[in-house]
Amino acid sequence: MTTLTKEAGAPHPAGAGPLLAVRDLYVSFRTEDGVVRAVDGLSFDLERGRTLGIVGESGSGKSVTNLTILGLHNPVFTTVDGEILLDGRELTTARESELERLRGNKVAMIFQDPLTALSPYYTVGRQIAEPYMKHTGAAKKEAWQRAVDMLGKVGIPNPRERAKDYPHQFSGGMRQRAMIAMALVCDPDLLIADEPTTALDVTVQAQILDLLKDLQQEFGSGIIFITHDLGVIADMADDIMVMYAGGAVERGTTDEVLRAPRHPYTWGLLNSMPRLDSDLGAPLSPIPGTPPSLLNPPSGCRFHPRCTFQDRVEGAGRCVRERPLLAPDRSSACHLTEDQKRTIFLEEIKPGLG
Amino acid sequence: MTEENVLTAPRGKDAGADGEPLLRVSGLTKHFPVKGGFPIRRTVGAVQAVDGIDLTVHAGESFGLVGESGCGKSTTGRLITRLLEPTSGSIAYRGRDIGHATRKQLAPIRSEIQMIFQDPYSSLNPRQTVGKIISGPMEINDINPEGGREKRVRELLEIVGLNPEHFNRFPHEFSGGQRQRIGVARALALEPKLIVADEPVSALDVSIQAQVVNLLQKVQRELGIAFVFIAHDLAVVRHFSQRVAVMYLGKIIEVGDRDSIYTRPRHPYTHALLSAVPEVNLADDDSGGRERIRLAGDVPSPISPPSGCRFRTRCWKAQDRCGTEEPPLVRIPGNREGHLTACHFPEEPTIEARDEDIVLDPALAALEEGQAE
Repeated sequence: MTTLTKEAGAPHPAGAGPLLAVRDLYVSFRTEDGVVRAVDGLSFDLERGRTLGIVGESGSGKSVTNLTILGLHNPVFTTVDGEILLDGRELTTARESELERLRGNKVAMIFQDPLTALSPYYTVGRQIAEPYMKHTGAAKKEAWQRAVDMLGKVGIPNPRERAKDYPHQFSGGMRQRAMIAMALVCDPDLLIADEPTTALDVTVQAQILDLLKDLQQEFGSGIIFITHDLGVIADMADDIMVMYAGGAVERGTTDEVLRAPRHPYTWGLLNSMPRLDSDLGAPLSPIPGTPPSLLNPPSGCRFHPRCTFQDRVEGAGRCVRERPLLAPDRSSACHLTEDQKRTIFLEEIKPGLG
Repeated sequence: MTEENVLTAPRGKDAGADGEPLLRVSGLTKHFPVKGGFPIRRTVGAVQAVDGIDLTVHAGESFGLVGESGCGKSTTGRLITRLLEPTSGSIAYRGRDIGHATRKQLAPIRSEIQMIFQDPYSSLNPRQTVGKIISGPMEINDINPEGGREKRVRELLEIVGLNPEHFNRFPHEFSGGQRQRIGVARALALEPKLIVADEPVSALDVSIQAQVVNLLQKVQRELGIAFVFIAHDLAVVRHFSQRVAVMYLGKIIEVGDRDSIYTRPRHPYTHALLSAVPEVNLADDDSGGRERIRLAGDVPSPISPPSGCRFRTRCWKAQDRCGTEEPPLVRIPGNREGHLTACHFPEEPTIEARDEDIVLDPALAALEEGQAE
């Protein structure tokens, strides 16, 4: 249905179709206050060896989407609707035992906070060796050697000794490296990185991002990279999907989305973010208002209460009544015409970006 | 949330007379003891959080303090507001040393130096209404503004862009950005001359950050309040501060006006820091490339910092002299007025891309070498 890449559909060894295909995904949680509709009709594809960057603010549904792919949501309170196809295999209806075989093996995840994601009770080496033993049936000694090799690969100095250390003996940057080693130990097809560098300092972040890029070339995994930082996404991703209030509002290749964005929310994000070379005289232009509550999302276009361009849409009140759809390929979910989007960006938004 | 309100506090009154800086910090040091041993816990070492820094802040100026976690920037902020007592050194506020002043001596000054905290969730008392939170400082200092405290609270709420009718609400009824506005209103309640803002926007969403940065800038310009703006985000600091100091492991390693630090840095660490900031390149072509420097490892422990220059363990220019002799923070040849750098072997004052990237990280270097072949 929708593809993110231009060379979509190219044949590859492990079967036809994209590595990951998400179709009309709806995820909602029952809470005391009502039903939270965290993901609301989301579709996207990820090709092998590519990196898809998902940008959005807190509450945009970007993390929930990826927890759902891994089946890490609590099934008691969660309703999932739609399809998640990994290599053609349906995951939303898969049994727990089947998901267990996939997790850490075909699909791995790197979490934001490595201190809480690693167990304090086991040595780093053992935590890396364990999924390898479980999924490949390797012997203990062999798995340990693999763990030491992986630690060396991600740049832990003296890996043979450091594998015997506990997570608290590692610094923040080293813990994140250990997490990456753990995620890659089984050579996964899909790697989900959920804000992997948000907790790190900028010089360490730069090291980790470059390391991930270099390792991807070697391992050839597809990466879903979740972040709120447009600078990080510009650095990492081949394709970008911008999410707002549970749905995708814009997608395209990194160049397209960042250099010729077509959705008012993307314009707002670019505008509100100071850069190292931006104009200093003018104040920043923030997006007015606050992100909506997902308990009671706005009607029509989710962004309309904060959008300053809705009066230019043909047909009064259309943004309030009708939810714009995200068409396949390069597009944005907005009622403005393509011409309007192009001229507004070139004439009104781009000059302000300095 | 209108931004056009007229602010009413007195402006520039008795501030910055005859060039004396509002705040002059010299040799400021804070060591936190590290206890260990059994059964009697003795002091076995010290975290040298801040180790002999000098800085000045002029009236009405915004002074930025950047650095990575553990560099001592927050401790510096807490020392300036005297939430902590320095181990040694002096903090002269309008010519008076408040470094070791007692509670009583500090009382009249407290109202003039206020703080805005990072986390808008934990820095507001959940059991107090917004009105109570903002009028708290006035109550404590026994200040009765004309027309009563409630009127003043409403005024303040309007200044920070909140609905004055909401003064009876509780913090949980507000979003993160609105809470940070409440924190700003509280800091403004006593008409301070200096506000220390410790990472005031880093807990907020991108689209909300800009709102709060604009508010702080408006407050700073229109009320003439001096700011010490502490943050790890270099782009935000650049946007907000006229002068910027870069800290590393408890020391200021480079300080200067905004333009010098961001376009003509001399210290290798400043170069590394600037090159590490991930940026969206909006140019239509890939021109104007920046230098690429990837350091190895993390910041060393402040319990036993390296001798001499503290950056030498991660520096690509380090030589023997760096280990034995600590570089002084001085104006080195080629620097502009007021641009001080603490380095024996400074870099060229440019951030243009180099002929060859500097990649010190061993894993990165190995992987990139393998791919180049």
